[in-house]
Amino acid sequence: MAVIPNIIFAVILFAGIFFFVRNVRKLIRNIRMGKATDRSDNKPERFRNMARIALGQQKMVVRPVAGILHIIVYLGFIIINIEVLEIIIDGLFGTHRIFEFLGGFYGFLIGSFEVLALLVLVSVIVFWIRRNMIRLQRFWKPEMKGWPKHDGNFILYFEMVLMILFLVMNATDVPFQQMQSGNVVSGIIAPLFEGLPQSVLYTIERSAWWLHITGILIFLNYLYYSKHLHILLAFPNTYFASLKPKGEMDNLESVTNEVKLMMDPNADPFAAPAEGDTAAPEKFGASDVADLSWVQLLGAYTCTECGRCTSECPANQTGKKLSPRKIMMDTRDRLEEVGKNIDNNGTFVADNKSLLDDYITREELWACTSCNACVEACPVSINPLSIILDMRRYLVMEQSAAPAELNNMMTNIENNGAPWPYNQMDRLNWKNE
Amino acid sequence: MIKVPTMAEMMAEGKQPEVLFWVGCAGSFDDRAKKITKALVKLLDKAGVEFAVLGTEESCTGDPAKRAGNEFLFQMQAVTNIEVLNAYEIKKIVTACPHCFNTLKNEYPSLGGNYEVMHHTQFLKSLLEEGRLAIEGGKFKGKKITYHDPCYLGRANGVYEAPRDLIRKLDVELVEMRKCKKAGLCCGAGGAQMFKEPEKGDKDVNIERTEQALETQPDIIAAGCPFCNTMLTDGVKGKEKEAEVGVMDVAELIANAEDL
Repeated sequence: MAVIPNIIFAVILFAGIFFFVRNVRKLIRNIRMGKATDRSDNKPERFRNMARIALGQQKMVVRPVAGILHIIVYLGFIIINIEVLEIIIDGLFGTHRIFEFLGGFYGFLIGSFEVLALLVLVSVIVFWIRRNMIRLQRFWKPEMKGWPKHDGNFILYFEMVLMILFLVMNATDVPFQQMQSGNVVSGIIAPLFEGLPQSVLYTIERSAWWLHITGILIFLNYLYYSKHLHILLAFPNTYFASLKPKGEMDNLESVTNEVKLMMDPNADPFAAPAEGDTAAPEKFGASDVADLSWVQLLGAYTCTECGRCTSECPANQTGKKLSPRKIMMDTRDRLEEVGKNIDNNGTFVADNKSLLDDYITREELWACTSCNACVEACPVSINPLSIILDMRRYLVMEQSAAPAELNNMMTNIENNGAPWPYNQMDRLNWKNE
Repeated sequence: MIKVPTMAEMMAEGKQPEVLFWVGCAGSFDDRAKKITKALVKLLDKAGVEFAVLGTEESCTGDPAKRAGNEFLFQMQAVTNIEVLNAYEIKKIVTACPHCFNTLKNEYPSLGGNYEVMHHTQFLKSLLEEGRLAIEGGKFKGKKITYHDPCYLGRANGVYEAPRDLIRKLDVELVEMRKCKKAGLCCGAGGAQMFKEPEKGDKDVNIERTEQALETQPDIIAAGCPFCNTMLTDGVKGKEKEAEVGVMDVAELIANAEDL
């Protein structure tokens, strides 16, 4: 009967991993709904960007307080997870602290985990205070109502509980405390449990141990339903991000083909399409998630709703409806909706909804100054501007739905080569004025 | 009066200029921006640069159309301009408009237009370094100047230092706004906003930016973009500070310092 806990452990562990893998596959399927774009170039530079921005957290420290706290939580998360390895081995084989044989080094390891756990706990509490008591503006924008607000807090509670469980587990582990090696933080908490019978201590220690590891597995599976996916996706997102100057916006190839045809004096505008060319003409711009590229969809899942983009956005700062963070959240939410539609129906069944209008309004799109402040601000290289531009393209080229003043501007360019109604022949008049 | 030869005239004489000055729509038609154009022409002339303009053969780069979402119109403009530029075998372009700069430099190559493109502040700095242009404080000596980063020069293309280096040469006190360089706030004109009314909000972007500039208590707000210039000039007027604070392009500062 002694193996029952081991079996239960194995079941929980594999269930946790199974559901996680299932969700990751769904995630990949949804991202692949995006249009192809080639990001296989410049691998060394892409690796450097990933190392610098995701691994090295370079852009986080642009805002020093949040940045340093985040680095603590990030390091804590990575390093304390080494302990999970021991927990898994212990759980599967019924051992207790299998790595203890490492002696002094084990004490050093656990000691560092404990210090980090305490630092993470403190940082996470500060994060909670910033969100809920100081009420930093960027966490209280309209798009942060409801689930996004709760999601942010749930993650913090999760982390608090996991860190407390880890420290309590160590504090109530009598043999570990007797070792007097590595109990730098738990040694301080241990007196709280003094006088309790051995059996009670043992029960507390075991409960903390079980709750800790199940908590981690639940958290792992919570990721997919949360903004917290960034802990994984920050890496691919920084890797696949554009390497071009921020001002460069892609030239639509489908348009280039049409323009070339128009400029070619030998082209026959009435020519029948080539044999076998039955493909529908490509849609210009984006009105729904499938019109965006997979990199843009990856960005939507990567967004952790920190709101640095929105707080730097000139339109948002001056009270306009546009919020680059909302653009990313809307894209993700619509993509999830489309994904669920596919889950339920096997294939996508038209739902008479689209990213445009049902999620993102035209007013938001037209408020953008294309200044790239949001792109610069994003700590994980997401580009909300590219989505805004693609949606404007749809509005203008598929729907002819630009604001009237912009239509005037474009008519002027078409007729006289300038956005204002001046004659091109007067272009050099300044010389004689 | 300084001679401003066109490419057509140059070609007729069998000459190829050192650089093509891409004037841009604002620089050609906007009364305020024309002054920037003339200031730059004076500086090019003083430095002995053999330049030419396209004149009536120049047309909008297509930037506002592209940012408004009209990729068709943008590419039509681009292809037409590239035909003209390539026919004249243009190698090097200088422009005083960061929007033209960005478009010519980044978005024309994949459509067949490959040129070395420089913003006028970069070009003036290179003239300075080559000893072809001397910059002295002149009448701006000791003045307090703050520089506004145009989005399409700064964040979009990473050019932050060339304009600042030029301003420093004027023996002035260069002060930074709290939002500058990578974190610089837009003037509100980009992305085709110049040509439309802003969406409903509680403030105009140019007012917000002008307030940030005025916080530094400058004598002059320097810019490197005709659109930023217009937006900030309007902002300063809105704040009724036009008597105390001037808005000037970097090229104007240099040219005016010596009463060119």
